Amino acid sequence: MSRRVVFPNRVLPYLLLAPQVAITLVFFFWPAFQAVRQSLYRDDPFGFSSRFVGLANFELVLSDPNYINSLKVTVIFSLSVAVLALVAALLLAVMADRVVRGKRIYQTLLIWPYAVAPAIAGMLWLFLFSPAMGTLAVMLRDTGYDWNPLLNGDQAMAMVVGAAAWKQISYNFLFFLAGLQAIPKSLIEAAAIDGAGPAKRFWTIVFPLLSPTSFFLLVVNTVYAFFDTFGIIHAVTGGGPARATETLVYKVYNDGFVNLNLGASSAQSVILMAIVITLTVIQFKYVERRVHYA
Amino acid sequence: MAEVGIRGVRKTYAGGFEAIKGIDCAVGDGEFLVMLGPSGCGKSTLLRMVAGLETISAGEVSIGGRVVNDLEPKDRDIAMVFQNYALYPHMTVYDNMAYGLKIRGMSKADIESRVHKASDILELRPFLDRRPRQLSGGQRQRVAMGRAIVREPKVFLFDEPLSNLDAKLRTQMRVEINRLQDRLGITSLYVTHDQVEAMTLADRMMVMNGGVAEQIGTPMEVYHRPASTFVAGFIGSPAMNFLPARLTASGVELNGGHAVPLPAGSGGASAAREITLGIRPEHLTLESGQGIGDIAVKVELIEALGADTVVHARLTSSGDPLLARLPGSARVSNGDTLHFAITPGEVHLFDRQTGRRL
Repeated sequence: MSRRVVFPNRVLPYLLLAPQVAITLVFFFWPAFQAVRQSLYRDDPFGFSSRFVGLANFELVLSDPNYINSLKVTVIFSLSVAVLALVAALLLAVMADRVVRGKRIYQTLLIWPYAVAPAIAGMLWLFLFSPAMGTLAVMLRDTGYDWNPLLNGDQAMAMVVGAAAWKQISYNFLFFLAGLQAIPKSLIEAAAIDGAGPAKRFWTIVFPLLSPTSFFLLVVNTVYAFFDTFGIIHAVTGGGPARATETLVYKVYNDGFVNLNLGASSAQSVILMAIVITLTVIQFKYVERRVHYA
Repeated sequence: MAEVGIRGVRKTYAGGFEAIKGIDCAVGDGEFLVMLGPSGCGKSTLLRMVAGLETISAGEVSIGGRVVNDLEPKDRDIAMVFQNYALYPHMTVYDNMAYGLKIRGMSKADIESRVHKASDILELRPFLDRRPRQLSGGQRQRVAMGRAIVREPKVFLFDEPLSNLDAKLRTQMRVEINRLQDRLGITSLYVTHDQVEAMTLADRMMVMNGGVAEQIGTPMEVYHRPASTFVAGFIGSPAMNFLPARLTASGVELNGGHAVPLPAGSGGASAAREITLGIRPEHLTLESGQGIGDIAVKVELIEALGADTVVHARLTSSGDPLLARLPGSARVSNGDTLHFAITPGEVHLFDRQTGRRL
């Protein structure tokens, strides 16, 4: 059904595409190329010269136990963030869709966290859960739980996962809510007459019809967890304690800009890029098959 | 097989708006009841209350002798066909029809035999593996019907099922629905705003207006003895002529002095009374021997439809407009002065104030 637009002018379509292409070239292809080039060189300690070392940087990185640790951390972190953010958002969207009175207010309030900058979100969670002064940390301790994310890596991980997911829930919520509202009411009614209770209706009708939305969000959330959570981790834990929350992106930053090991850092970022591209391809190839576009 | 009882049913929304203002109707076993009315008259709301998709503010709905006010839709043993068909887009035609049966825990073999039986009746066999979006409007419509049939419910509910189809398909599906209901003999409630659908499908019809049932009766009763000016004007095309008139001891007197003698037995009034005289366009004739009265009109416009000729005219005495449907063979032209007579027994008198039939 897609109709082709035919431009009478041969140059015009390219002109219209030019800004997008230019932005992609300048902000993605050029830095990506630089990273790939950089990953094949090694700089001397004072930055006066660099020398071609082939794949030595990659060998170094992949044999580094800290890097393997960071990989594990990233898998746990990204999976937790994506799952938590998606499930919580879906739950909230289903609830908000049912509210009759004050619907707008709920929906607006639920969208607000998205407007909070990652670093600020991180600071909020840091304040709330800081063992020294956090309001919620005090409550946790009062229950007898030994809360100390500054020393306990699992707790620190829980904290950054919480902050990162909290920030993303609003975004997911918005899409899920729009997805829910796009499902015709009569479908739900037809299912109700067919004998399906609320839970059955959700799993057999609503959820399959939300699958394009869920799939899109899965891709976006994975990319978010991999790349966009740097600010939160930096503000909340700084990758600690003892590298317990040091994700791949954080390690790229730390090795490159703090430790000034540009070659290794570039090699890591090339690997990271490959991982995300692979993940996205896998998602499109295998998960999308199960998606029903209405 | 079941009767449907609607007793004193009302629907009041949270804002205080009363959509249904007390309706009583008993639908017999196997009967086809059509609810007809303009948009906003509450016909769909009433149907949805029977389905269990709207709460019942007051009164009682019963299906097969059991009051269902507090039952969930799934426990009412009904099936519904929606205006937009409401097919599950992610399921095949087969799964769409089988969905309700699966949920009710029917065995695979039984489901298959029922779906195949229904798809044979509706000629859907070749499409069982398709998705709804790969079907045409008429095919989707049939799948929606199939989904209702396989359940073998006590009652079918139809909510304007044909209004999304083009005119030709609509006629075709109307005939199919008619046949199907005859064959299955399942009690059916059918909502529409199309009077042709109502007239052709209904055993009895309920003409609704502003949340009340203006008249409940067979199509012929509603056509020949409309209970109010609303019903009289809603049924029939072109619509009935309404002329202001006075009822006297001798008969009916139109504005400007035209007199129409009343048929014997329809009883004049002792005191003169303001009424509305209703005459259907098809009950006006030029043959003075075949009717009563003599209404002189001046022709303003002629619409020749082939089989019929619709004449737009004005009474010479009062200037009131009058529409007549004459046989296509009638030779009339603009500016003619004609004398109409009314087919006996087709004179309708309504109270001017209340609009009720006298």
